[in-house]
Amino acid sequence: MQTSTMTKPVSNGVNTEALLGARGAFAEMPEAAAFTFRSTCDWKDGTHSTNAINGYFGLGQNHERKETFRIDSDHPEVFAAADRAPTPPEIVLAALASCLSGGVAAVAQHRGIQLHHMRAIVEGDIDVRGILGMDPDIRNGFSAIRVSFEIDADATADEIRALVAQSQKRSAVFDLITNPTSVNVTVA
Amino acid sequence: MKRIGTLIIGAGQAGLAMSRCLSDRNIPHVVLERGEIANSWRHERWDSLRLLTPNWQSRLPGFAYQGDDPDGFMSMPEVTRFLNDYATASRATVEDRTRVLSVTRLDNGYRVATDRGDWNCGTLILATGACNVASVPALAADIPSRVDQITALDYRNPDQLAPGGVLVVGASATGVQLAAEIRAAGHEVILSAGEHIRMPRHYRGRDIQWWMDRAGIQTMQVDEVDDIDRARRVPSLQLIGSHAQRFCDLSSLAAQGVEIVGRLSAVRDGTALFSGALHNHCALSDLKMNRLLDTLDAWAEDTGLSGVGPVERFAATPCPASSRLSLYLGRGHIRTILWATGFRPDYSWLHLPVFDRKGALMHREGLVAPGLYVLGLPFMRQRNSALIDGVGADATALADHILCTRGRSAA
Repeated sequence: MQTSTMTKPVSNGVNTEALLGARGAFAEMPEAAAFTFRSTCDWKDGTHSTNAINGYFGLGQNHERKETFRIDSDHPEVFAAADRAPTPPEIVLAALASCLSGGVAAVAQHRGIQLHHMRAIVEGDIDVRGILGMDPDIRNGFSAIRVSFEIDADATADEIRALVAQSQKRSAVFDLITNPTSVNVTVA
Repeated sequence: MKRIGTLIIGAGQAGLAMSRCLSDRNIPHVVLERGEIANSWRHERWDSLRLLTPNWQSRLPGFAYQGDDPDGFMSMPEVTRFLNDYATASRATVEDRTRVLSVTRLDNGYRVATDRGDWNCGTLILATGACNVASVPALAADIPSRVDQITALDYRNPDQLAPGGVLVVGASATGVQLAAEIRAAGHEVILSAGEHIRMPRHYRGRDIQWWMDRAGIQTMQVDEVDDIDRARRVPSLQLIGSHAQRFCDLSSLAAQGVEIVGRLSAVRDGTALFSGALHNHCALSDLKMNRLLDTLDAWAEDTGLSGVGPVERFAATPCPASSRLSLYLGRGHIRTILWATGFRPDYSWLHLPVFDRKGALMHREGLVAPGLYVLGLPFMRQRNSALIDGVGADATALADHILCTRGRSAA
């Protein structure tokens, strides 16, 4: 029962009305729902590179943000690198955890469930003999990814499990990790 | 050119129920049927199929199952006989072996062209069913030609299949039943499962359909659900028309030796690629089943229901920690792919601007356009609209609407 949520409005910092409004607008005009996201990656040195993320396309036009976000990547010292930033696969794990967490918050808001605390611990197993080209039977990427959520919310255990399940169902990063995506790399 | 006030296309349960309701209101009409009465049940179902609803639940306007096995499940010949008996009892005027070729708008009604002459009518009811065409994903075109492909509409029995492995795609009621049957016939079977909902055949000593019927789940109306589009897309429950086993779900199939894999998401260079989201799909299935059981238990408690067994809960689906993500189709051990990926109606003959962007027929609770109605679609007016047991309420409502409209136009 969610009786405790009846007394004050639920706030997980998610504007559900705006999201539902967007659904309505995109139903009328599906073209507006076509977004393109971009990142520009400059190589620095060795395995160190910096991504600049700002502009994206959506709602029929290009958008510029107030700030350019930067994500650096590098490799740890065991791979003979300088360890100036997380590895790209770690950034993927972080992206998955953020995507699922945001999803849980949105679904909880929509379902009237107040969240108090949420933490996702994500682990990916990787056999680096794959990327080193040592064994063709070993893939480059993660052989398995585990996400463990700790959630404190005004809801039953099953309601919390349902939030996490629904979040996976609607997550962009979960989808692009669990399903193949066509990737086209060219040289300008 | 023949003229009639009202025409019904299709003599399955929907068309026959509509005919009965119109007769009860003295509205002259004719039913056009491409083949015979109950044609889809007769010719487009696999041999072993039985209804997923018990016999007592085959209730139509002015007609119901009267046999001595109310808790049994009808075979296809029995469904055919049941609907034939209904047509006879209702004295339905059915023009059989009359295939509709096109429907076009007239100033004051519709022209229905058939392979046995044309009709003009003021009111037209589409009762051609929701399962005319097997939905097959576009990636079927990428399957190597050495692998046979068959849809659930064309499948009859395991003897049709080449010896060797079978990949069954889809895990709703159709997919799980066919995977079980084909595995029992000795084939290696891999079942690709996306979203699905497991359900026990019987719960607390009663059939699950009894529970859903009594608790009013089946008769929930379109305005009682949050998102009707989503409710209409919900896959059929994993059930089988038999009391021999409680579950026909991923657990029972795994125990039978069927390998469970995630949703088929692509075929690349002759390799089928499966989603890594199987674990979540199993979790969603368990949650949805338990949510329904919670609802039923709460209803039983509220109504002070007696004569049922104690509350039960079932072990979670034993989903493997890692499922197979790819399957090379060129090696020859998978000889057949069986598409159990759903069905859709065929309105290719309906030449009217009544379709949405994705080609689905638009309607509001069965009303498509002035004088044009549809029947028998999933969750059309209520959850059981596409079931034999549910089409009667819809036919009654539409017949009342037709009666009202006729009254107005005659005045």
